[in-house]
Amino acid sequence: MIEAKDIHVTFNPGTAIENKALRGMSLTIPQSQFVTVIGSNGAGKSTILNVLAGEIHADAGQVKIDEEDVTDWSTHQRAELVARVFQDPMAGTCESLSIEENMALACGRGTRRGLSSAITSERKDFFREKIAVLGLGLENRLGDKMGLLSGGQRQAVSLVMATLNPMKILLLDEHTAALDPKTAAFVMELTEMLVQQGQLTTMMVTHSMRQALDHGQRTVMLHEGRVVLDVEGDQRKNMKVEDLLHMFEKVRGQEIDDDALLLG
Amino acid sequence: MSLIAFIGAIETGLLFGIVALGVFISFRVLDFPDLTVDGSLPLGAATAATLIVNGTNPFLACGAAFIAGGCAGLVTAWLNVRLGILHLLASILTMIALYSVNLRVMGKPNQALLGEETVFTPFENLIDLPYYWVTPIVLLAIVVVILVLLNLFLSSEIGLGMRATGVNARMASAQGIRTGKMKLTGIALSNAMVALAGALFAQIQGGADITMGVGVIVVGLAAVILGEATFSTRTIVLATIGCVVGSILYRVVVAVALNVDFIGLQAQDLKLVTAVLVILAMTLPNARKKWAKRKAVKGAL
Repeated sequence: MIEAKDIHVTFNPGTAIENKALRGMSLTIPQSQFVTVIGSNGAGKSTILNVLAGEIHADAGQVKIDEEDVTDWSTHQRAELVARVFQDPMAGTCESLSIEENMALACGRGTRRGLSSAITSERKDFFREKIAVLGLGLENRLGDKMGLLSGGQRQAVSLVMATLNPMKILLLDEHTAALDPKTAAFVMELTEMLVQQGQLTTMMVTHSMRQALDHGQRTVMLHEGRVVLDVEGDQRKNMKVEDLLHMFEKVRGQEIDDDALLLG
Repeated sequence: MSLIAFIGAIETGLLFGIVALGVFISFRVLDFPDLTVDGSLPLGAATAATLIVNGTNPFLACGAAFIAGGCAGLVTAWLNVRLGILHLLASILTMIALYSVNLRVMGKPNQALLGEETVFTPFENLIDLPYYWVTPIVLLAIVVVILVLLNLFLSSEIGLGMRATGVNARMASAQGIRTGKMKLTGIALSNAMVALAGALFAQIQGGADITMGVGVIVVGLAAVILGEATFSTRTIVLATIGCVVGSILYRVVVAVALNVDFIGLQAQDLKLVTAVLVILAMTLPNARKKWAKRKAVKGAL
């Protein structure tokens, strides 16, 4: 179970460009749940994801993973518990390393790295088997540099890499946003498959309301650093993109009202 | 050019091949422009020369130089990782500090090693060839051992983590790699190797000198770049061999340039030639790409 309690994050505090990204946000994700997170630009989607990953440390609040308080853990300490796929296909892999070297790196997540050879023949067989699932023919190109792959291929490999080792939560940071619609659909299909196969606790941040409703079991909408909508089950099943849009406008409208009040 | 001059060029090339491998670790593997080597080469030379003159076994003296260089690298990486000083500046600070340290180690600006036993002495009777063959053969053996060990390290789990740190630090820490620790280890290893080269250099040329480090970084970088231009970089094994090949090539080219009279170059022009060579090697690939592109566009029209 993942618990984020009353998280506050402020960028550039005390300056003209002060930005309160998260204002007391709380979110609890039970085991094996697939949550989708939406919100407009600056709503705090990426910030909460980075807080869970350990890349950003909360100014206040607490992050717990399976009852363990990890609030002060750094990214590499949390790597054992957290796997992630980045938005930018370049960010999640090392382009000047080969596919098998990238996979070997992911294989070391959460383990003690030693001086033994990173790529053994057993590991190669394991990688081949794992990557053959993609159906991209990459199992015959393990020695190729990652930089030779297209963005979609790289995201697909990133997903496989993220799921090589056990984890407590899988973080997907708009991982299809940089892809063309067809490739994005392929990567989403792959995501569904891997998440279901491993019964993974997953948090997917997305820009697309369609994607947010079509995938996972629960949808959370953020606005101004807080959760403004949290639906699951039947209520979510009956929801359409228009309903979400409506909700969006409603919270935005409130914001305008607030401003009007302030100005008045 | 005489045979002895040619073999001499290969000998220096092999020696600076070790420097090139050190520079390869910092500049290429870790993407950390480290100028400490200008100080750690004379540090290794000074340490080894002083120890040998005081009666230490030359092999032990080389080990001490290796450790001393590693410490110098640790200081640079620590300034960057822990204190947040820009890597380039951190390395310049260590380099400057080492100038004083090296003077302290020797107690004077230079330390002669004439008539002392060196790591090459035991092999003089072992290798049944003219004297000028002994040093390059021993150096070749040392370089091969270093290459094998370095490649085993770089393809290990830790080594792979180090390479990932240089390519994509954010991804590396998401995979649980301590990127700071990797930089400390890598820069220490890099400078340890350069200091070892310095220790060997002092024993070959018969002494250590406070100024022997000037421009070492450029020579090392020239070797790395030349290796990349002439040798494949497809795998890490090929890339490291390329560094040594580049270093030998560089020395042979320089020896030829200095030996061909009509060019009019003399020994004192060496550093200038090196700088020009590095500039050309760094800019030519880009310029070539541009020309090729322009040609392709023209062809399409």
